[in-house]
Amino acid sequence: MKNIAQIVCEHPFFHGLDGEFCDLVCGCARNVRFNPGEYLFHEGGDADYLYLVRYGQVALEIAVPGKPSVRFQTLHDGDLVGVSWILPPYHWAYDARAITLTRAIAMDAHCLRKKCDDDPVLGYDVMKRLLPILTSRLHATQMQILDVYGTPEQPE
Amino acid sequence: MVPEPVRVLRKQQELETTWTLELEPGGAGGRPFLPGQFNMLYIFGVGEVPISLSGDAGLTETLIHTVRAVGPVSNKLAALKPMDTVGLRGPFGIGWPMTAGEGADLLIVAGGLGLAPLRPAIYHVLRHRERYGRVILLYGTRSPDDILYAGQLEEWSKRPDVEVHITVDHAGGDWPGKIGVVPSLVPALDFDPEDTVAMVCGPEIMMRFTVNALRDAGVEDESIYLSMERNMKCALGHCGHCQFGSTFVCKDGPVLSFNRLRGLLSLKEF
Amino acid sequence: MDNVDDGSVITRQGLQCLLDALAQRGYTVVGPTVRDQAIVYEELARTEELPAGWTDEQDGGHYRLKRRSDEALFGYAVGPHSWKRFLHPPKVSLWQATRHGDELRFVPARDEPPRYAFIGVRACELAAIGIQDRVLMGDEYADPHYRSRREQAFLVALNCSEAGGTCFCDSMNTGPDVKQGYDLVLTELLDDNNHLFLIRSGSEEGAEVLAELPRKPATEAHQAAATAVVEKTRSQMGRSMPQTAIPALLMDNLEHPRWDEVADRCLSCSNCTMVCPTCFCTTVEDTSDLEGVTAERSRRWDSCFTSDFSYIHGGSVRSSTRSRYRQWMTHKLATWVDQFGTSGCVGCGRCITWCPVGIDITEEVRAIHDDVSSRDKE
Repeated sequence: MKNIAQIVCEHPFFHGLDGEFCDLVCGCARNVRFNPGEYLFHEGGDADYLYLVRYGQVALEIAVPGKPSVRFQTLHDGDLVGVSWILPPYHWAYDARAITLTRAIAMDAHCLRKKCDDDPVLGYDVMKRLLPILTSRLHATQMQILDVYGTPEQPE
Repeated sequence: MVPEPVRVLRKQQELETTWTLELEPGGAGGRPFLPGQFNMLYIFGVGEVPISLSGDAGLTETLIHTVRAVGPVSNKLAALKPMDTVGLRGPFGIGWPMTAGEGADLLIVAGGLGLAPLRPAIYHVLRHRERYGRVILLYGTRSPDDILYAGQLEEWSKRPDVEVHITVDHAGGDWPGKIGVVPSLVPALDFDPEDTVAMVCGPEIMMRFTVNALRDAGVEDESIYLSMERNMKCALGHCGHCQFGSTFVCKDGPVLSFNRLRGLLSLKEF
Repeated sequence: MDNVDDGSVITRQGLQCLLDALAQRGYTVVGPTVRDQAIVYEELARTEELPAGWTDEQDGGHYRLKRRSDEALFGYAVGPHSWKRFLHPPKVSLWQATRHGDELRFVPARDEPPRYAFIGVRACELAAIGIQDRVLMGDEYADPHYRSRREQAFLVALNCSEAGGTCFCDSMNTGPDVKQGYDLVLTELLDDNNHLFLIRSGSEEGAEVLAELPRKPATEAHQAAATAVVEKTRSQMGRSMPQTAIPALLMDNLEHPRWDEVADRCLSCSNCTMVCPTCFCTTVEDTSDLEGVTAERSRRWDSCFTSDFSYIHGGSVRSSTRSRYRQWMTHKLATWVDQFGTSGCVGCGRCITWCPVGIDITEEVRAIHDDVSSRDKE
């Protein structure tokens, strides 16, 4: 059976992380599991944890008054759920909810931030891992906003 | 080139503003076509539009087209009834690389109505399955209500020899599938980019972003094929309207290798 | 019998005999004549209808007829018309559809064009006809309307004795000397004593027609005079296209600020495309009668400068003037080469003369070239 260090460092988010750093960050980690329909976190809540999905499907949702929540992204095996933990004020900007049974690694954000502050080399490494995820999410959102499949305007 | 009269045999609604027409040409003999080609369909007194063939190229007695009602001619096409007659010219254009793709893995990426011009390619691949390696189909559209050929996508996803991944831009709570843009499906795929031929069809923005994702994943430019769309009047390469750089989309395309389009696709107003 | 291919000389009367001989062979003879203060191409029958004693003063956005001090019949460059209006007509009916109940029937339009004989086809114009031959007949689908007019056309070419203020055929390698593709070629030899035309045949039919004309063999002096005419014309070119690799220059600089600069001036009026002898774009028009029984499709000239030329899905791909000017120029000078093997420009200068604001295609190329070269040197 794998220990937590192995599981953390095999996850795509930490893939290739130096052995020493591995041991360091897994001190902030523990295994968690969400049943279908269970929320990982709610909009506005404190971003105390980040989640590395091992198996399962998680939907990111925004609540709309008077209407069912809109789901704008699903995340799957190997994805990172939650990015607001890296920057103040550390509040979640949306809801995250498990669609299927989801097993993940929950990392304590305070713990991870403190270790990054203490060792900037680790901090820079974590930033470099996070940035591509943020950028591709941004680009995807841009494409979603464009509504590329929408009906074009009718000519007169 | 003069149109020939063809009769509407059947009509089926696919989505809110999208219909599939089955047309029957007169006279004996089928009308062979290649996956990716299109016909010019004429509505009496109104005009002509290019519509891709969306049926099985192995069945040539009737011609199947999927039309979205967006303009004066396509609105009329969408309003046709069985036994109505329209004019038809074609088939025109260069189709999907069905032969060039033999022996390789295929990554077929469709967005929205873009699945229609790719469906003949999918039919061809399934009919000659042994000629191709892995076959992966990625499909993206706006929402679950906008999934084209939903029944067939489900059939195909049940096949062990085809991998189907569907995503939508957004959905409500009862959609159990993926939500996100089509290009984001690419990095998660575990495929061999060097032995893959990609065929992409959909709105131009979707194709551009998908091509970026494919190139980032290591697929060669000359192995990426897109189906381009431009204003067409003659479909013969003479009226000049469909030009995109040095290509006439009607006769050098509509299927074009990314090699030829590199540098032009992201140019504004080109 | 003299060998007509060595060249003969004919007089002005001989020229009239040429017009008569062509008319007798059933040709509709078309040539230059003065109308509405310009030299245009129209049907003519008499040499008196030619613009004797006229020349043209051409510059960017400027065209004026001026009197010459002699009575030369061909002492001018080219006007707003090109032979394109006869070979690739501004409007052609394509087919008719009739509707009876659920039935539709399509009938191709009858196209019975006249057999044209063109008088005074310049070297640049021969090059332009050659280019349109390639565009309209050289690929999978040959345009039957162009073909039927072209295959029957008899071309009487002319070596220019005047280069216009906007001419640059020399730097485009299309002239001023007529090289090939004609049935007969004339060079006007006019001095104080004589008014003659050196004439040579370039085809079997040309030789047959020439044999019917009253003529004398051309002497060495005549040949030398004809050569001198061409060389004088070559030295008078009003413009020149920079001798550089233009396709690469333009395609590597598609976002150059010069495009914005020219767009500030361009009115998107499409004059350039109408007068250009190689522009070939057309559009189709679908019309029907009031009862909805008969519909017709016709084809007419179109221009990439129109706002909806590139319309798809609720908008035009090229909605700004900048993008449309760029399209025209990069097509004419760059992508045309990929498509058809030669430049699309023959250096006739019409686009410069007939542009209301005098945009000069040679100047635009020069501006981008000079800017890029100076940056490369830094």
